[in-house]
Amino acid sequence: MGKKTNRYFGTRQRRNEDPALLTGRGLFVADVHLSNMRHAAFVRSPFASAKINGIDTSAAKKLPGIVAIITAEDLGELGRPTPLVVPPPPIEGLEFNQQTQVPLASKRVRYVGEPVAMVIAETRYLAEDATDVIEVDFEELPTAIDLEKSLHDDAFIVHEDMSSNVAARARQFKGDYAKAAKAAHTVIKRRFTYEHGMAHPMETRGIVAQWDDRVNRLFVWAATQGPSLLRGALAGMMGMNEGDIRVIAPFVGGGFGVKVLYYYPEEMLIPWVAKRLGCAVKWIEDRGEHFVATVQERGQIHDAEIALDKNGMILGVKDTFLHDNGAYNPYGLTVPLNSQCSVLGNYVIPNYDSTMTCVYTNKPIVGPFRGAGRQHGIFVIERLMDIAARELGLDRNEIRRRNYIPHDAFPFNNELIFQDFTVLTYDTGNYEPALDRMLEVIDYKKFIEDEQPNLKAEGRHVGIGIVSYMEGTGIGPYEGAKIQVQSTGRVRVVTGIGTQGQSHFTSFAQIVADHMGVTPEEVDIITGDTDQFYWGAGTFASRGAVVAGNAINEAAEAVAKIALEKGAEHLGCAINDVALEDGHVVTIKDTTKRVPLGELALLANPMRGAVKPGTEPGLEATRFFGPERGTTANGVHGVIVEVDPETMFVNILKYFIVHDCGVIINPMVVDGQIHGGVAQGIGNAFYEKIEFSESGQIQNATLADYLLPTSMEVPDMDVEHIETPSATNRLGIKGVGEAGAIPVAAAFAQAVEDALDLPAKGIELLDIPLSPDALWILTQS
Amino acid sequence: MLKEFYTVTTVVNGQSYKRVIEPRMSLCDFLRDELDLTGTHVGCEHGVCGACTILVDGLPVRSCLMLAPHADGADIQTIEGLANEDGELNVLQWAFREKHALQCGFCTPGFLTTITAFLAENPNPDREEVREALSGNTCRCTGYQHIIDAVLLAAETMRADK
Ligand code: FES
Ligand code: FES
Repeated sequence: MGKKTNRYFGTRQRRNEDPALLTGRGLFVADVHLSNMRHAAFVRSPFASAKINGIDTSAAKKLPGIVAIITAEDLGELGRPTPLVVPPPPIEGLEFNQQTQVPLASKRVRYVGEPVAMVIAETRYLAEDATDVIEVDFEELPTAIDLEKSLHDDAFIVHEDMSSNVAARARQFKGDYAKAAKAAHTVIKRRFTYEHGMAHPMETRGIVAQWDDRVNRLFVWAATQGPSLLRGALAGMMGMNEGDIRVIAPFVGGGFGVKVLYYYPEEMLIPWVAKRLGCAVKWIEDRGEHFVATVQERGQIHDAEIALDKNGMILGVKDTFLHDNGAYNPYGLTVPLNSQCSVLGNYVIPNYDSTMTCVYTNKPIVGPFRGAGRQHGIFVIERLMDIAARELGLDRNEIRRRNYIPHDAFPFNNELIFQDFTVLTYDTGNYEPALDRMLEVIDYKKFIEDEQPNLKAEGRHVGIGIVSYMEGTGIGPYEGAKIQVQSTGRVRVVTGIGTQGQSHFTSFAQIVADHMGVTPEEVDIITGDTDQFYWGAGTFASRGAVVAGNAINEAAEAVAKIALEKGAEHLGCAINDVALEDGHVVTIKDTTKRVPLGELALLANPMRGAVKPGTEPGLEATRFFGPERGTTANGVHGVIVEVDPETMFVNILKYFIVHDCGVIINPMVVDGQIHGGVAQGIGNAFYEKIEFSESGQIQNATLADYLLPTSMEVPDMDVEHIETPSATNRLGIKGVGEAGAIPVAAAFAQAVEDALDLPAKGIELLDIPLSPDALWILTQS
Repeated sequence: MLKEFYTVTTVVNGQSYKRVIEPRMSLCDFLRDELDLTGTHVGCEHGVCGACTILVDGLPVRSCLMLAPHADGADIQTIEGLANEDGELNVLQWAFREKHALQCGFCTPGFLTTITAFLAENPNPDREEVREALSGNTCRCTGYQHIIDAVLLAAETMRADK
C-alpha cells in the first residue's frame, strides 16, 4: 500500500472558495430570496433600564403591508428565558447567578436595544414604518453602568430578583501566593483597565426561515458560526425534533466569535414566526442594530501584583478582577475564565491566586470576540513583566526568557480549570527560539544601541515593544466529517462546522488531496448544512482546523484505504501493490495500469449482485475527532512605533510576528489569519472604544464614530513561523484564529512608553485602549 | 410633489432594466432585491464601509447612499460585471486570488469596484498610493496587506499585458 506523502499539506495553495466570492456568486444570508417571503423589523428599547407599562400596536396594524405584529404576550412557550449556552465550570466555591434573556421583553428592559416587539411586513421598508408608530409606554428606571460602581451598596440592581449585581464570583489558585509574596525581594502592584470593543464583522447578523407545510420541516439560513448548535437551540425552544430542522450557514461574512450560538432573540423569533405564519421570513440586522443587538466584549479592571526574587524569577502572581458582563450571561464564564487563565502567560508561575467577579450592568450582553478575554490576561502579565524588568534593572527580554516555561517541561500543568472545563495544560511549546528569532528579525540590539539613540538625538520619539503570548486553542468537544468519492471522481467532504473566511474549503481540501491522490481543486468541501452532516459544534475558539481538520484526516485515511482495497481487487493485485495517484488507483510497478476513482465509486455501489456482508456501499467513511483537551499556540510580537508629541498620534513603523501554531496546513492562510488578528488588535489598542453615557446609551454607534482600522492604520507585517507540533492530535496542528489579536495592546503600550520615555517621567500605560487624547491627558497631568 | 412611484431605467453590466419603484428605495436595495444582483454587499448603510461600492458611469459610488431613482439613465457596473467575457476572472480578480486578498469575501465586491476605478486613473501606483486608495473601504478580516499586494500585482500585470 502506497504511503501518503505530503504534496499539498503544508504548502501555499490558492483558495477554492475565491472564484465564487470574487465574482459576486457567493451566497450570503442576505442574498436568500424565497417566494412568499416576509420581512421583519424590531422595536427595541431606547432606554437602558425601564419598566414596560404597555404596548400599543393599533396604529401600526393599520399601515399597509403589515402581516403580523408580535409582542411578548403572543409568544407562549417561546417567551421563557433561554437556557445557558455554556454552563458554569466546575470550580470549587463558585458563585454563579444565571440570568438569561427572553426573546421579547414584557415587563422590564435592561439594555438599550433589547427587543420589545417584532413587525412582519411585505417589505423591510414597510416593517420599519410600522416600528416607528408602535407606542411603548416605558417608565425609565435608574441604571447600573459603571463597572465598579455597580457593585456599590447603593447601586441600582439590574435584576430585581437579586440582591446585588454579582453575576459570578470564582477564585482559582495554585500554591500559596501570600507565602510567596512574603519571601519576595520585590512585589509590584498595579491597577489595569482593559476595554475590548466590538467585533464588527463586515456582514452583520441575519437569518431567513421558511416553514414548509408539505414536508413539515423548518428550513433556516443563518449567518452563524455554529449551525448544529443553532438547530439544537431551535428544537429546544420550539419543542421540535432536531431532524425536522435544517440549518444552513451559507458563506458567512466574518464572525470573530459574535456569531456563535447565544440564543439571540432574533434567531429564535424568525424561525418561530415563520412556522406560525406558514411562510418565509427574513431579518438582516442593520449596522445600527448591530451596535446594541450583537454581543460585544468590554471592560475588566484588574488589581494585580507580582512577586519576584532578586534575579527576576517570578514567585507568584495575584489578581483580583472585575468583569463587565452586561445585562445577561448566556455564555457563562467563558470570557473571564480565559482572562483568568491567560494571566499565566508563557511563564512558570508557581503560586497564583486569582479571583474574578462578574458584574451585571445595563449594557448589551458580553460574549467572546476574537481573543475572548485572553488579551486582557496577557496585557496584565506582560505589563507586570515590563514593570518588573524596570524595577530590577533587567532587560525586558531577559526577564521573560528567565521565566519562560522550559522546552522540556511540557506538557505543563497549570492546575486551573480552563474554558473547556479541563485542567489547563499546555501540550507543547518552545518559547526561547521564538524570542531569539524576534530579536534577530527586529534587530533589537541595533535598534536599542544605535537607531533609537540617533533618532532621539534628532528629536524623534521612537520606541520598541516586544511581548510574548500564548493561546489556548483547539478545544473539544468534537467534530466529524464524512468523505465520499463521487462517480465523477471528485471527492466530497462534509463537515458540521461553519466557516466565516477561515479558508476551510482549501485547507481541508489539502488534507484530503494528499490521502486520495487528487489535487485540492478536486475536493469539494461542504460545511455548515445540518442536513449534509448532522453532528458538530462550530467554528470558534480557534478550533476549526484542529478539530474538524483531524476528523477529516481520519476520514480521508479510511476512504483511501477502501479505494485501495477496491482498486487492488479490480486490478487483480495485492493491496500493497497499488497506490492512489492522479485521481486513480494505480499499480506501483506500472502506473499505466490504473482505474479511475469515479469508476471505483460506481463499482462500489452495484445495482445487481450484492454488497458483501460486513461491508458498506460506496467509497465512503465517516470519522469523528474529539481532543482530550485544547492545544496551546504561542508567539512573540515586536513593534516599533513613532509618536508625534504634538498630536500624540502613534505611527507604526514596523510590525513583526514570530508565531508557533504547530504544524501548518497552508502558510498563506496562516499569514492572513495573523494579519487580520493584528489589525483587530491595533483597533483594540488604539482606536476602538464603545462610549457609554451614564444612562447607558452608546454615543458612538455608527462606523463613522466607532473607528475600525483602515488601510492607513494597519502597517505591513512580517510573519515568521516556528512549528512545534501539538501533542493533542495526529496532524500536530494548533489553532491560529485568535492569535494575532491577543498581544497587540501589550506590545503597543510597551512601545509607546519607550518612545516617549514615560517611565522616567513617572508615567505608566496601564489602560487600554490608548488614544491620542488619552495619551495627551496622561502626559499633561 | 413627491411621486408615489418612479420608473427607473438603467443599464447594469451591459443589460438594460426597467422597474417601477418607491422613490425611497436605495440603489443597493434596487440592485439586490429588484434586479437580483446580490453580489453588491451592504455592510453599514451609512456610507462608511464601502462594501456597497459600484461604478456609476465609471465612477465609484456608495450604492447605499444613492436613491435608486437617481440612477435613472445611468450606466452601472457591479461585481457581477467585472469578469472577462468568457467568465474567467479578470486580472484584478485573479490577483486577489493569487495574493489571498480576501478571507470571508464580504467586503471584496466593494474593494474590486473601488480599485477598478482607481487603476483606470492611476495604472502605475506605488504602495502608499494604493494604501490611500483603499482607505475608504473597511475589511475586518485581512489586515489589508494582501489586498495592497494584490493591487500592485494586478497593476503590474495589466501594464505588462498592454
Ligand atoms: S454599505 Fe454603503 S458604505 Fe457601507
Ligand atoms: S475579507 Fe472579510 S471583511 Fe474583508
